[in-house]
Amino acid sequence: MAHSFWRRLAGMAGAFTALAVLIPALSAGPALAQEKTIKIGFSMALTGPLGAGGKSALIAMEIWRDDVNAKGGLLGRKVEFVYYDDATNPAKVPPLYTKLLDVDKVDLIVSSYGTNVIVPAMNIVMRKKMVFPSLFGLAVNDEFKYDRYFQIMPAGPDPKVDWSRGFFELAKGKGLETVALAAADAEFSQNAVYGARKNAQAMGFKVVYDKSYPPSTTDFAPIVRAIQATNPDVVYVGSYPPDSVGMVKAANELQLKTKLFGGGMVGLQFAAIQKNLGPMLDNVVNYDFWVPASTLNFPGIDAFLKKYQQKAAGAGVDPLGHYLPPWAYAYLEVLGQAVEDTKSLDQDKLAKHMQTTTYQTIVGPVKFGSNGEWQTSRALMVQFRNLKADDLDQFSKAGSRVVLHPPSVKTGELVFPYRQ
Amino acid sequence: MITDPVLLSNAIVAGLLLGGFYTAVALGLSIAFGQLDIVNIAHPAFIIIGSYFAYLLGAMHGLDPVLTGVILTPLFFVLGIVVYRVYYASFERTGQESLSGLAFFFGLMFIIEVTLILIYGVDYRLVQASYIGVNWKIGIVDIPLRMAIPFATSMLMTIGLYLFMSKTFVGRAILAVSQDRQALQLMGANPVRIKQIAFGLALATASVAGALLIIIGPVEPSINREYIGRAFAIVVLGGMGSLPGTVLAAFILGIAESFVNTFANPSWAPAVAFGALLLTLAIRPSGILGRHS
Repeated sequence: MAHSFWRRLAGMAGAFTALAVLIPALSAGPALAQEKTIKIGFSMALTGPLGAGGKSALIAMEIWRDDVNAKGGLLGRKVEFVYYDDATNPAKVPPLYTKLLDVDKVDLIVSSYGTNVIVPAMNIVMRKKMVFPSLFGLAVNDEFKYDRYFQIMPAGPDPKVDWSRGFFELAKGKGLETVALAAADAEFSQNAVYGARKNAQAMGFKVVYDKSYPPSTTDFAPIVRAIQATNPDVVYVGSYPPDSVGMVKAANELQLKTKLFGGGMVGLQFAAIQKNLGPMLDNVVNYDFWVPASTLNFPGIDAFLKKYQQKAAGAGVDPLGHYLPPWAYAYLEVLGQAVEDTKSLDQDKLAKHMQTTTYQTIVGPVKFGSNGEWQTSRALMVQFRNLKADDLDQFSKAGSRVVLHPPSVKTGELVFPYRQ
Repeated sequence: MITDPVLLSNAIVAGLLLGGFYTAVALGLSIAFGQLDIVNIAHPAFIIIGSYFAYLLGAMHGLDPVLTGVILTPLFFVLGIVVYRVYYASFERTGQESLSGLAFFFGLMFIIEVTLILIYGVDYRLVQASYIGVNWKIGIVDIPLRMAIPFATSMLMTIGLYLFMSKTFVGRAILAVSQDRQALQLMGANPVRIKQIAFGLALATASVAGALLIIIGPVEPSINREYIGRAFAIVVLGGMGSLPGTVLAAFILGIAESFVNTFANPSWAPAVAFGALLLTLAIRPSGILGRHS
């Protein structure tokens, strides 16, 4: 018995050895072919706090890669991705980008998703003078002033301030005077509320509440009650998904009475959260970047969303994909168009092209300003309207989120007030 | 502002409701860490498993999350027994439980997280229930059922567990094994068997706590990390191994958080809560209701 066991073990060891010898030999052919691919390297937040967005972004990026390869690739070469999960952990990002550039020898790089994991890559990218298309980093280049940084998020040339300008212009248009500001103690939320504070001051609002809360907060009722005690006309919230849900639920439970509520709440763009909150979102005015609307129906967006929604089904990511995926596709579209137009992978040529060209993408025309942000802001302020409970389908149609700002893409007027 | 009766009474009620939920989160750890000396840092990760079960059974069969949490307690109990047997055989039996055991539970936490990510992805999960979003107004006090149902469920679970511990032979044996393992052995009880039952009970509470967590807010696999520090702080503040102490500490943390959120800058809530922990330990090193060694 024991003898037969050892014989089987020896047989298995032999088989593994043979495989170990054969696999590299068999893959030698494809390896030669791979030399001709264009490698695009990046880290992506596939797990951790931004994992939900990062995974949906990766699906969108893979759709772009497959679309491009189906048309023959870039410069006649197939496109290949080399990527690693940065787990939304800033400490992991520098070694990953060093590996991508020094070991994997990628031809092009793009950023991970989110400010916290874009910033740590900047020094490495700058040292190598690489063009760096970036996915939803808020005001990252304010500090670095890197001329090869290109941000796809349409927050505008002064992103911190432009992000919430529309919200306060709507409030000003209705003659509102007092504002409460609440934000999570986290990078994005603090940047968002910084901009909101600037806008409030510039437009002459009186700030009656301006406080932060830890992201680990479980119950938001005491915060909403404290805000209500100051009786503000406007409540601007800068929050991440769990706190956005907590804030909206607490505002509904306590019947928060204010005229304008919302602003910078991340998560209210995600289908699972929208479906769950349903009518609790009615009349909330919040930022977004793309929603189904006649004014935002750019060529290619419908076809992209169809492909995305097929791939997202069952993948545990946002099933509609309105928020991040179109932009993840678009930042690669920009890079791909730059490569094709310059017929080169030369970083100098690519950078010059990206600094001066208007790109046609599925999210509309993209033109970068001198700091790498969009030359003109197209941050949307949308209002949720007439929502039904537990109905995901309503969010895939125009009308559930009415675009109030900017005027160039507006689809309706503000329903006012939020609750009296 | 603190003299405003509306704000004051609501801050107290909100703190109690929150404390009730924190009790459910810390209860299992109070048994595992407080009574059995097992540093189960993966306890909040098991709570997240409970949340995912509540989500799945709610989405597939329309089951109420609390009902799901209660129904699945036997499954979590068995899971607890299995986890303890592995822990015992690998570490406790050979006396390596202190550092290696801690690494084991760290590893378990990451395995649970990654498994959940691989199976369900990283999107936020939420549940629907008729009481979510409903608010009872009693006089000047608001009672959101989204917090009140977890509070009531947690209190019932705690009372049940307390009665089990104090009135049954196995319960008293669990208390005994935490005090003097050798004496228990001399009285004919098998400490390993008693400990595995206790650990099973600890994990059974995670099933209910997970269901309560997803009632309150959205859940994703890594959200367990938010509760590790808080749960351990409650167990230590209350006094190691004392269930009433755990309840009391959870209420103190809940009320402290609610007061800071209402009357001061919410950013200070963790500092105030953990400051209370440090102050208490300075005065009573064994915790509020902990036994003096």
